[in-house]
Amino acid sequence: MKLEIETPRHLVDVQDLKLDRIEPTTDGGLRIGALVTNTALAADTRVRRDYGVLTRAIVAGASGQLRNKATTAGNLLQRTRCPYFYDPNMPCNKRKPGSGCAAIGGYSRQLAVIGSSDQCIATYPGDMAVAMRVLDAMVETVKADGTSRAIPIADFHRLPGEKPHLDNNLEAGELITAVTLPRPLGGTHHYEKVRDRASYAFALVSVAAVIQKDGSGRAAFGGVAHKPWRVEAADAVMTQGAAAVTARAFANARPTENNAFKIPLATRALAATIAEGKSA
Amino acid sequence: MKFDTPAGINPIDQEKVVGKPHPRIEGPLKTTGRAVYSYENQEAAPNAAYGYVVGSGIAKGRISSMDVREAKAAPGVLGIVTADNAGPIKKQGFYVAKPLAGPEIEHYHQAIALVVAETFEEARHAASLIRVDYARAQGAFDLAAARGGAKPHQRQPDIRIGDFEKAFASAPVKVDATYTTPDHSHMMLEPHATIARWEGDHLTIWSAQQIVGWARRDLGNKLSIPQDKIRVVATYIGGGFGGKGSVCSDAILAALGARAVGRAVKVALPRPLMPNNTTHRPATIQRVRLAAGRDGKLVAVGHETLSGNLPGGGPEIAAAQTQLLYAGANRLNLTRLATLDLPEGNAMRAPGEASGLMALEVAMDELAEKLGMDPVELRVINDTQVVPGDPGRGSPTDPQSASGNQGKPEQGPRPFSIRQFVPCLRTGAERFGWKERSLRPGSRREGRWLIGMGMASAIRGAPIIPAGGRVTLDGKGIVTVESNMTDMGTGSYTIIGQTVAEMMGLSLDRVVVKLADSNFPEAFGGGGQGGAASATAGAYAACVKLREAVAMKLGFNSADAEFVDGEVRAGNRRAPLGQAAKDGAITAEDRMEYGDLSKQFEQQTFGAHFCEVAVNAYTGEIRIRRMLAVCAAGRILNPITARSQVIGGMVGGAGAALMEELAVDKRFGFFVNHDLAGYEVPVHADIPHQEVIFLEETDPTMSPVKAKGVGELGISGVAPAIANSVYNATGVRVREYPITLDKHLAKLPEIV
Repeated sequence: MKLEIETPRHLVDVQDLKLDRIEPTTDGGLRIGALVTNTALAADTRVRRDYGVLTRAIVAGASGQLRNKATTAGNLLQRTRCPYFYDPNMPCNKRKPGSGCAAIGGYSRQLAVIGSSDQCIATYPGDMAVAMRVLDAMVETVKADGTSRAIPIADFHRLPGEKPHLDNNLEAGELITAVTLPRPLGGTHHYEKVRDRASYAFALVSVAAVIQKDGSGRAAFGGVAHKPWRVEAADAVMTQGAAAVTARAFANARPTENNAFKIPLATRALAATIAEGKSA
Repeated sequence: MKFDTPAGINPIDQEKVVGKPHPRIEGPLKTTGRAVYSYENQEAAPNAAYGYVVGSGIAKGRISSMDVREAKAAPGVLGIVTADNAGPIKKQGFYVAKPLAGPEIEHYHQAIALVVAETFEEARHAASLIRVDYARAQGAFDLAAARGGAKPHQRQPDIRIGDFEKAFASAPVKVDATYTTPDHSHMMLEPHATIARWEGDHLTIWSAQQIVGWARRDLGNKLSIPQDKIRVVATYIGGGFGGKGSVCSDAILAALGARAVGRAVKVALPRPLMPNNTTHRPATIQRVRLAAGRDGKLVAVGHETLSGNLPGGGPEIAAAQTQLLYAGANRLNLTRLATLDLPEGNAMRAPGEASGLMALEVAMDELAEKLGMDPVELRVINDTQVVPGDPGRGSPTDPQSASGNQGKPEQGPRPFSIRQFVPCLRTGAERFGWKERSLRPGSRREGRWLIGMGMASAIRGAPIIPAGGRVTLDGKGIVTVESNMTDMGTGSYTIIGQTVAEMMGLSLDRVVVKLADSNFPEAFGGGGQGGAASATAGAYAACVKLREAVAMKLGFNSADAEFVDGEVRAGNRRAPLGQAAKDGAITAEDRMEYGDLSKQFEQQTFGAHFCEVAVNAYTGEIRIRRMLAVCAAGRILNPITARSQVIGGMVGGAGAALMEELAVDKRFGFFVNHDLAGYEVPVHADIPHQEVIFLEETDPTMSPVKAKGVGELGISGVAPAIANSVYNATGVRVREYPITLDKHLAKLPEIV
């Protein structure tokens, strides 16, 4: 809004909707209200005990001050950090559909290596959602007509395809009310966020992983695509090591010259989490 | 007062106040939000309108049409300044790019309009309603590709001493490597910001300016306003790093906007506009060739640097310091400048040295390895107490100083005024635990971390510039000092206060310091690390006059009078200082002027930087563990503010080594990552431990205060020390800054 990329006619204040509680669900999971702050969520003892990957992902992002203000739903709706998106002089299909993409062929070090299209190579920049993806969270919403639905996190964010101006599958007037986590997975929880500086930076690549004692596990990757990136078929070969997993997870990658390093980096970051899991 | 022979003992040498660790006197105002910065000066202009700068959407070409009708009709809009109605703006001054473009566009985000409105939001919104059609022209945006047209520049003539090529070719041990440094943005916390107010034909600007005298000169020249009708006030400045060296678009356009709407106007550049609208440290491509005998003594020292700039802009003189740092009989030193259509390159903290040492000092590390010699020892044995080669050159390292390269040929090699370079190296090695460094790169590992240590030398010119001061004693014994010196967070208020307190025999709380107003005596400003030495010498000169006036008033023989503990004493007589002003305040003003000591002696500051890093063996992430700087920089006027300068410089060096880079889009011709999310600078977590040691030193060739600057020494040599420690950790040499993980990832140890 400061850059007038968004110029809404109205802003609706939802802060008093009492959606700020974390409650157990009947099937042994947790229901996180849309307005629970990142700080409160990361500090919740149940989250820290049973969903450590989520706490680790949240505290790897932003700063303490921002996490105090950021909410669960707001964090899910973070927009890309593509620098061309934020420069209104530049063509950008996400900002102005049909105008073109300046990032393709430009400075793309931070941008997507997989799932991108000829219209857009932006990434989803967040950390929290990457952990939610590995946990198979559900996003609960209510529509303007009062009906509600639950969207699997895997289907919540979109790939850019032909409509890069759409970041997610929310309909007009649809509001997130909560995010639910299924029963705890056990195992060891890891969030490896790789970045040029030690804090207060978006991930070049991040890995959210839950590793079991037998070496099996699952992993989602951040900083590589327009959505948190997880390929279940890749999880299936976790016991064969990081290279086997990323060979499957990034099978159809189409990096740029600037960001091809992200693929070996993803392998090495996953290897670090597997090694950490073994030594835990 | 003329200073033309080395200083003897004087009241400053008492060091009762000077040299003591006084917290900065304006600190409580800053930490409690009561220090009023330029843009916030409600009192000066309670009814100021808001100006919003519109930047060009292309890098090079012309505005074919601009339609401001819709913007003009938008709510709250008071006026719009464009090249069509601004009147002539002359192209002269410290900055060469025009502060207001049209119809020609020289660079991306060059200002093309200022929208003035009742509120900031109205001005910003109206700015978005201006319709501009451009005719794009081809531009040159790629430094490497522009090399063919690069030329020498008068600021840094070619140097060829002995037979470099022959000596290099025949030497037994040599390094020939090319290093690149990217464009850097100052990214000071406070943006460029100005309030302008006209009263008749008199203009006052409250503006973030490092050098108010230059701001007034350039504002006057560009807008054809007589300088005596301009006042510039820069009471507090939230950092500058060279980026506020003179008036930028905010000041020029605020002045024009205020004139256009008949009301005070305030303008701050939005962060995303700053990197392309204003100046930056230009990128370099540097080739360093070093050759030595098996004993490590340099026989050939070659440094060639290439940078680019807009037509009329200067080069980054990154090879200059190489003429001063190490001995060696055969030398080649070339500076080349290419024409580019990127935004203007200009001064940023330690222009020249900061970039140049990033190449030279890594080359020295490479040479040490080839020789099988300790990097500290290699530097020690190549020390020199005289300027190697041509004896007649002036200091080449000082683009912000008025003195420049005016040295006349002299007899014999020119000595350094004082050169404690080897003690810096030795002290640093001892205090850092240098002997713990692993001799084999890539061999020390702690868990997932590869550990390395590195060091580099530091050198930075010590310019001193004529400066004045005015001191007034009142009947209560309070002395007020006025100078147009600025304080951008550096500590000027405090050290000038300490100088006056020492001279007048007062404690610091009996001195009032007023700075950064062009109504005060001219004292240069903050730049080229020349401010501290220059302004304190100006205050000294004024105090000498005040002491004479006080002594005369009290009937003391001024030669005998001592100023101690708030009293004037001579023989058995003593009188309170304030008694001299009981009939009215006494004011004295003087200016320190200089003879040719800076030509007789090479005046430089020296240092050594040491660093330990850890590199994540999996991901290649580089994290600094600890840093040490040892500095020899004349009299340290205040160890707190001096240390603050040096550790700030070390943070800047960490950024240059590991993350700072303005990414050039060579198609559109601009810096893409033009905000603080995209242009990363170090955060607290990147800087876990810093230590600074100042060697005892006074330099009587500088001024009676015997001080030098230290703020730019603090960044010089930091980045290569980090680069060398990364190499020591990984065994992978990266010669393209910043050293980011993608540049060494493929060569790190295989993962299992």
